[in-house]
Amino acid sequence: MSDRDIAQDLAKQVRDAAERRQPLRLVGLDSKASYGHAVQGEALHLSAHRGITSYEPTELVLSARAGTPIPDIEAALAANGQMLAFEPPGFSGTASLGGAMASGLGGPRRPWGGAPRDLMLGMTLLDGRGRILHFGGEVMKNVAGYDLSRLMAGALGTLGALLEVSIKVLPAPKVERSLVLNLSRDRALQLMREVARQPAPLSGACHLDDRLYLRLSGNAASVAAWEKQIGGDGGAGTGFWLDLRDHGLAFFDSDRPLWRLSLPPATPRLDCEQQVLTDWAGAQRWVYSSSSATEIRDEVAKAGGHAILFRHGDDKTPVFHPLDGVRERLHRGLKQTFDPFGILNPGRQYASL
Amino acid sequence: MIVRDLFHTITNARRADFFCNNHRMNESDRKRQRLTLAAKLRAVVDGPHVLSTEQELKPYECDGLSAYRVVPLLVVLPGSVEEVQAILRICHSEQVPVVARGAGTGLSGGALPNEGGILLSLARLNRIFSVDPDNCCARVQPGVRNLAISEAAKPHGLYYAPDPSSQIACSIGGNVAENAGGVHCLKYGLTVNNLIAVEMITIEGERITLGGGGLDGPGYDLLALMTGSEGMLGVVVEVTVKLLPIPQQAQVALAAFDEVETAGQAVADIIAAGILPAGLEMMDNPSIRASEDFVHAGYPTDAAAILLCEVDGGAEEVSEDIARVRQRLLDSGATEVRTASDASERARFWAGRKAAFPAVGRISPDYYCMDGTIPRKHLPRVLREIARYSQESGLGVANVFHAGDGNLHPLILYDANNAGELELAEQVGGRILELCVEVGGTITGEHGVGLEKINQMCAQFPPEELQMFHDVKGVFDPRGLLNPGKAIPTLNRCAEFGAMHVKAGDLRFPHLERF
Repeated sequence: MSDRDIAQDLAKQVRDAAERRQPLRLVGLDSKASYGHAVQGEALHLSAHRGITSYEPTELVLSARAGTPIPDIEAALAANGQMLAFEPPGFSGTASLGGAMASGLGGPRRPWGGAPRDLMLGMTLLDGRGRILHFGGEVMKNVAGYDLSRLMAGALGTLGALLEVSIKVLPAPKVERSLVLNLSRDRALQLMREVARQPAPLSGACHLDDRLYLRLSGNAASVAAWEKQIGGDGGAGTGFWLDLRDHGLAFFDSDRPLWRLSLPPATPRLDCEQQVLTDWAGAQRWVYSSSSATEIRDEVAKAGGHAILFRHGDDKTPVFHPLDGVRERLHRGLKQTFDPFGILNPGRQYASL
Repeated sequence: MIVRDLFHTITNARRADFFCNNHRMNESDRKRQRLTLAAKLRAVVDGPHVLSTEQELKPYECDGLSAYRVVPLLVVLPGSVEEVQAILRICHSEQVPVVARGAGTGLSGGALPNEGGILLSLARLNRIFSVDPDNCCARVQPGVRNLAISEAAKPHGLYYAPDPSSQIACSIGGNVAENAGGVHCLKYGLTVNNLIAVEMITIEGERITLGGGGLDGPGYDLLALMTGSEGMLGVVVEVTVKLLPIPQQAQVALAAFDEVETAGQAVADIIAAGILPAGLEMMDNPSIRASEDFVHAGYPTDAAAILLCEVDGGAEEVSEDIARVRQRLLDSGATEVRTASDASERARFWAGRKAAFPAVGRISPDYYCMDGTIPRKHLPRVLREIARYSQESGLGVANVFHAGDGNLHPLILYDANNAGELELAEQVGGRILELCVEVGGTITGEHGVGLEKINQMCAQFPPEELQMFHDVKGVFDPRGLLNPGKAIPTLNRCAEFGAMHVKAGDLRFPHLERF
């Protein structure tokens, strides 16, 4: 497919839908269709709105339309020795830039490279009235007006459709090495935290099945020095990190409900973590559990985190961690502001949004 | 940092507008209201912490932008979160405006009091609750100084990365309100990239957590929305910041150039080489000379521009990177490159840059510090235009530039004692900011809009976007009591701002609708 700008068509579709109070299901490349609650509504296809609109390697900024496939962007960046530091997952398909930012999901590098919200510099938004609005910009520092661009990262299209996004890109590391250490989960978590608080060039820290996987990124000398210091029982290829990013590891090959726990990274093992893959040096845990949704959420909240029923939930259990009264009110107010007719991905994140 | 009084009269229009929006009342009404409100507040806050006499109120009449001064109705200094909640409940039910203030070091008038409102100083909430090395975070109250966090984290080998130039004095609560930056933003990000959670009190007095204990929180990213919102959406009462490992080593190179354009190209060349400097600063000739006269850092005073490029990381990494930086700078046309041989030389290299503002303060009776950000590729054009504005106005301009992230701080030199110079400085400043917008940049990179840049917001945002900002504020603060009149101009104001320029025969915002 070639580059196209269909912003005006999309705006017209939203205006029409707004007039009819017709709910819309925002669809990019659909790689994360299973994330969140199913939306009943007409499809608003964003994938044809694609193309990199500007990329200046020396400015460390790239702007592209929402439908641009992530691999296209990664290829353009790689040609200039740069990368998307948040390692957007595509799961079983190909992610689009709009979907990657709207989902707010980050890959294994996220604790060090940042999340979509950290790299978001500006965006063009199609709101629920069908208006095209611009917020933020193409510069690293910008404090004029409220930061509505970052608010869109992780909002799952419930506040507007991202039409074009400007992101900060970073130089790719010259060398990457993966180490594997045979360690129990508890000892691995300890070591992850120990390494994370030292100035090591860490870019991945994951534990699965009595193995700790560490990835080091940087220049050759520094990676070699830390490799020597940490030691290890063997190496792992780049394939492991890609499979971790896209849930291609055998761990994810299950139709049981998969929970994503976001926690203070040093949190010791919780009761609900019966079968667990620990990523982000402890801050993100993928869990299969026989505990009930309420038990899981209570335990995680007590530890200062939140839990998402990421995949294979039933229809009754909310996917996202429930909001308390005041936050719920603010969320509804923002929804009303950006999408007064409630037509953009209604219910995908929370029933009331 | 010393920023001398900026515009005393300039902003007549801007100030008149702000003050008209303030509640106007006669003196006896004001006294009565002051007494009534003070009595109500003293029921929830210790008496001595409700300030009500002119003498007590005077020190709070301005922040770092001292040209604007307003004596608030009252100053309240709560000693606990519960007191903040109680104060806000009273202000909400009595419809009294609330302006929150941290250390008062802001440069855009964000903490300028409201004549009919209270100034809520968070200075007494200054405890560091915990430094948690296992989770690499620190939980602190809003009045804690930026630098104090890094000092507390140091024994654990950790630090808090954002380092605004006022870091010795500015508070973390104010940093959140302004999304403060510093010289290391390119590599380590702004305040928004270094927060884990914020506890906020709504204008109704409710307490909520934004963010979470991990790397994200549930629902919309209200933490990002709150960061940089200039006290317009809520009051921050607790902040959990991310701590980073202190880099093993840092090295700095100083390069001289005989053309500003060459220096600009050298910055691009360093980035193109895949190096992400911790700091990358540029100074032009007037700044170099002023600094050198002041602190004798050994800067080459005949250079058109100098670059300071700092790299940090592991010992091996730094020595390799600094060698590459050095080579790049020479290849890019630097006339001279020095690398600091030890910590004291490195400190000396930085001393000149860090003293740039006060150094300029020595050579000019007054100066006005701007804060635009531009895509770096437009640097030569922007500097040429600034030089032209300088020539046309007869006012000197010294440029200090966070070159890595495109954040430009032109310092416009003037003498407030010369009739008309103030207005001229303001005009030059306004033109520079509008130029930043024109080349795809922004009117403020890290100082905030406050009251200072409220007119230029009309140049950056069309009415629909501005209305959206007002609507977002309405969600958090339907009665408009939090820091009223700041950060986001009314559409009427923008129409009038446009009209002012029409009167001068120069229609600068033809795209703005007139209401």
